[in-house]
Amino acid sequence: MSLSHTLLALLERGPRHGYDLKQEFDAQFGQDRPLHYGQVYATLARLLKNGLVEVDAVEHGGGPERKRYAVTAAGVTDVEGWLSRPESPELYLHSTLYTKVVLALLTGRDAAAVLDVQRAAHLDLMRTLTRRKTRGDLADALICDHAIFHLEADLRWLELTSARLDRLAEEVRS
Amino acid sequence: MSARWLRQLAFGVRLASRGGVTGWTRVALTATAVGLGVAFLLLAASVPNLLQARDTRVSARVDTPQDAARSDRTLLVGRADTEFRGVRIRGRLLQAEGSAAPAPPGVSALPKAGEMVVSPALADLLADPDSTLLRARLDYRVVGRIADTGLSGPGEYAFYAGTDQLEGTRGAVWRQAAFGDPHPSPGTDSRLILLAVVAFVALLAPVAIFMAAAVRFGGESRDRRLAALRLMGADLPMTRRFAAGEALAGGLLGLGVGAVIFLAGRQLVGQFTLWDISVFPADVRPSLPLTALIVVAVPALAVGVALSVLRKVAVEPLGVVRRAGQGRRRLWWRLLPPAAGLALLAPMLVGVVDTDGQLARVQVGGGAVLLLAGVATLLPWLVEAVVRRLGAGGGVSWQIAVRRIQMDSASAARLVSGVAVAAAGAIALQTFVAGMETTFTSATGADLSRAQVTASLDQGTTYADAREIARRFAETRGVRTVTTVAYTDALDKGTEEYASVVVGSCADLREMAQITRCGSGDIFLVGDSDMPRAGQRMTVMDADWTIPATAKRVEGRALPSGSMWTRMILVTPGAAGRLAAAPLHLLLSIDFDQSDPDTGEFVRNTAARVSPLMSVDGIEEVEYNNRFKGILSGIFAGTVAVLLLIGTSMLATTLDQLRERRALLAALTAFGAKRGTLTRATLWQMAVPVALALIPAMLAGTALGVALLAMLDFPIHVSLAHLFVPVAAGVGVVGLVTVASLPVQLRLMRPEGLRVE
Amino acid sequence: MTADAPLLTARDLSKTYGTTRALDGVSLDVRAGEILAVMGPSGSGKSTLMHCLAGIVRPDSGELRYRGRDLTAASDAERSALRRGEFGFVFQFGQLVPELTCLENVALPLRMEGVRRKEAERRAAYWLERLDVAGVAGKRPGQASGGQGQRVAIARALVTEPSVVFADEPTGALDTLNGEMVMRLLTECAEQSRTAVVLVTHEPAVAAYSHREVVVRDGRIRTSAGSAR
Repeated sequence: MSLSHTLLALLERGPRHGYDLKQEFDAQFGQDRPLHYGQVYATLARLLKNGLVEVDAVEHGGGPERKRYAVTAAGVTDVEGWLSRPESPELYLHSTLYTKVVLALLTGRDAAAVLDVQRAAHLDLMRTLTRRKTRGDLADALICDHAIFHLEADLRWLELTSARLDRLAEEVRS
Repeated sequence: MSARWLRQLAFGVRLASRGGVTGWTRVALTATAVGLGVAFLLLAASVPNLLQARDTRVSARVDTPQDAARSDRTLLVGRADTEFRGVRIRGRLLQAEGSAAPAPPGVSALPKAGEMVVSPALADLLADPDSTLLRARLDYRVVGRIADTGLSGPGEYAFYAGTDQLEGTRGAVWRQAAFGDPHPSPGTDSRLILLAVVAFVALLAPVAIFMAAAVRFGGESRDRRLAALRLMGADLPMTRRFAAGEALAGGLLGLGVGAVIFLAGRQLVGQFTLWDISVFPADVRPSLPLTALIVVAVPALAVGVALSVLRKVAVEPLGVVRRAGQGRRRLWWRLLPPAAGLALLAPMLVGVVDTDGQLARVQVGGGAVLLLAGVATLLPWLVEAVVRRLGAGGGVSWQIAVRRIQMDSASAARLVSGVAVAAAGAIALQTFVAGMETTFTSATGADLSRAQVTASLDQGTTYADAREIARRFAETRGVRTVTTVAYTDALDKGTEEYASVVVGSCADLREMAQITRCGSGDIFLVGDSDMPRAGQRMTVMDADWTIPATAKRVEGRALPSGSMWTRMILVTPGAAGRLAAAPLHLLLSIDFDQSDPDTGEFVRNTAARVSPLMSVDGIEEVEYNNRFKGILSGIFAGTVAVLLLIGTSMLATTLDQLRERRALLAALTAFGAKRGTLTRATLWQMAVPVALALIPAMLAGTALGVALLAMLDFPIHVSLAHLFVPVAAGVGVVGLVTVASLPVQLRLMRPEGLRVE
Repeated sequence: MTADAPLLTARDLSKTYGTTRALDGVSLDVRAGEILAVMGPSGSGKSTLMHCLAGIVRPDSGELRYRGRDLTAASDAERSALRRGEFGFVFQFGQLVPELTCLENVALPLRMEGVRRKEAERRAAYWLERLDVAGVAGKRPGQASGGQGQRVAIARALVTEPSVVFADEPTGALDTLNGEMVMRLLTECAEQSRTAVVLVTHEPAVAAYSHREVVVRDGRIRTSAGSAR
């Protein structure tokens, strides 16, 4: 995920202090890992340098000085470009799992057992995510679903590979 | 119709057979069912020819007294009809008066004295080891057979015996120059025609309904196939033509099957005798116009039904949608047919219409059709109206059944409308025939405790001979008493009025009048005050005779046979004088022990020994009972046959329904549903509509029967017993169909049903 | 009986249909309150395993006990009675009586057990409420949506408060969202009433609602103890 783009987009809704930005980010996206303040300020500094944000106001209260950031026109354009650019689908043509299966077959070990163990592990994770999803709110559910569907894709591959192990063994050993 | 249309029709025909095994089963089922209906219709269409052939043969052999002078072309004919264990035997004694005497139809040469020719049925009866008594009675040598042309039917019992004893006898003997009815009657009794019209309407209406139901067999799977064709781009008119073609295939195949069943069944027709009537297979020829009508109407009916079914569903590419019910059914138009039927029958009820006319037949037939059709039109409304009010309380099976009928009351009503119409027809016929029966049996007024048969001899017997004959009867095995009535006529030349002169002992005379004191030489008078009266001058046997003044007036008494003679001069032998030696008519009333069923046969044998011309008439009441029992059992058999036909269509529909819900049945089994629960639901599902169907059936049937009785001036007589048989048959059909559907239902409930997907 | 003793114990079950070996020596325990997923590709024998466990089909050999009672020896009537009282069922589709209202459908198992109609329908209404489909109580199944119908079916499976519910591809005919809702309601209700669920499915996302899974392949169980809590 691009943190700079995310912060820019959040700023589009109105100028914010760095602290508020972090709170808002955590509320929307930070279920797994909350942001560190350092990360926020480092990113904002880079954006400021690139002219994508500007300091809207500086407050002098009882504590340290607080800057309020606002997005610039260039920043808005940047967000627009980012949103409209598709993410390139990630491909795992050479996954570790495939390597494990082939190696198990080549060394005469039980490849099905490799798959079974993996399936159990996948399913366990899915189970955890499903439980979390059913207890959490909609945002939780959507994020968990994303992960679940990826796991499901892996599981489908495991299932198919299990069914084709015999043929794979022939091809690998020939 | 364009070539494209024809191609689509033909495609539909092919489609009918392309459903794999189920497709063929369905076509076979439809064709068989339609075939059975067609065979039935062909049989009905043969009735006119059958009656005509029979009439022609019967009228060709009619023998009646003719004013023929004796010549070598004449013969004497004596009536020698008899009965053997309930079987009527037509008998004639023939005596040729010359070499050119005519022979009756079917007889090649006149039998000589002591010989006889017999019908095949009588030959078989005579050959039966049990027929010793009959062989003793018909003590002639069998020299040949009567050919079919001389018989009313293959089952008729008849003989022509040669004799030389007929000369000079009087009474049941006449001279004849030719056989054949010189004045053929205009036709069958109009009452019988009315009965036949009603019987056919009553029996054919359910057949039509049955055939309509047969065309619907497997309609669901057909609809699904049509939907698949819609997905491939067929439009609605095309699906209609496919469906029409498919129905046409069933209808045409059914015609073929029907023809085969008819031809095969025709060969069996000769084996049966019903109400003393039997039919030659060769006479069962369907009339040409009626056959043409059947050939056109049956496929047309099939197509019409298929199209009307399609009107109620929308065949869409993704499946079949039943058109939503059009709200509550309206009652008013459903009342029109039965009301119109009653309106047609009403004028005949009050007797303002001549029942002999052609119009009357149309009116009765139309009225009957409308009344029976009314049962079918009223039924859907009734089923809906009643079932809507039925609570789904009670057991689970009742709940499922009621809800199922509520969801589709039209199918439920359709399922049983055949039963309703068949039952209505049967009840009408039963009521009618039973009404006629009471009339005939009560009219005889026979007192069976006094005598069971009468034997009469018209050829002239002296009083002494009469005593001797009576003695021979009295000595016959099983006979208890014999009442002798030897009589002749007395004419008052002045007023040209007749009275009967009866010569008999005091005991004999007491059977005819209420006589207290009686001695030899007494004379009693029965009648009104001026005829006969003491001192009246009468002519008896061409001689004058004056009623003596000593004659006493007494009250008459009904004869054992039930008849009451109104004007009688009862003469004891002491007062008979010249009459005692004169030839008198003889009427014997015989009381015998009925515990032995063969006593009657011994009495007939005695009569045959006295004279073959002596006629023995039995036991009116018992005779009529037997006759009507035959008709009633005929109606019962017809009803049962029609109901079985309908049962098969109910079975097919039920099995269709069961197969459709195989997944559900299996799921319910998984839930631990008891088999009984679900089978009982199937039973209720049929029993409720049938029970409802029987209500209009009983009303319409009874109304039609009563209308017919009133029309023909019979006393109206309704009894619950007449309702019992059709109702029991309806209940039986429900039971049978349920039982017959059990194996499939139990099979579908096996857990294997869960493995469908 | 201790709380941890299994409800259902299957030992070495085998079942052959014609020449197909549907089950080949399967051993399995179902504990009270657990949600067990039976996974496997089509034709692997997972449905047959469920039918055997539920006493719908009698295995050719092996032993099956419910709360220590031998089911392989029980008569059809006894097994039917057990299914009525102790087990509940949810299938993929075609299980609701189309003529009866949803409420009457849910009340059906109770009424088959002899509960009076009023009482049965009162309890049925409660379960329809629990499954959030009280709105279709008076409608026929044909008038309800697929998801609603499936929830009615779950209400019907739970209405007898069974100790085991057997669910065979309960979401097979539903979309993801409806399937999720059905699974959530099923597992929630089951966990609250400590009802064990035997969940037959080939979908990992559905199996993820279980506590543990077994995988059936070619009539055998692949990993039984493999998955830890």
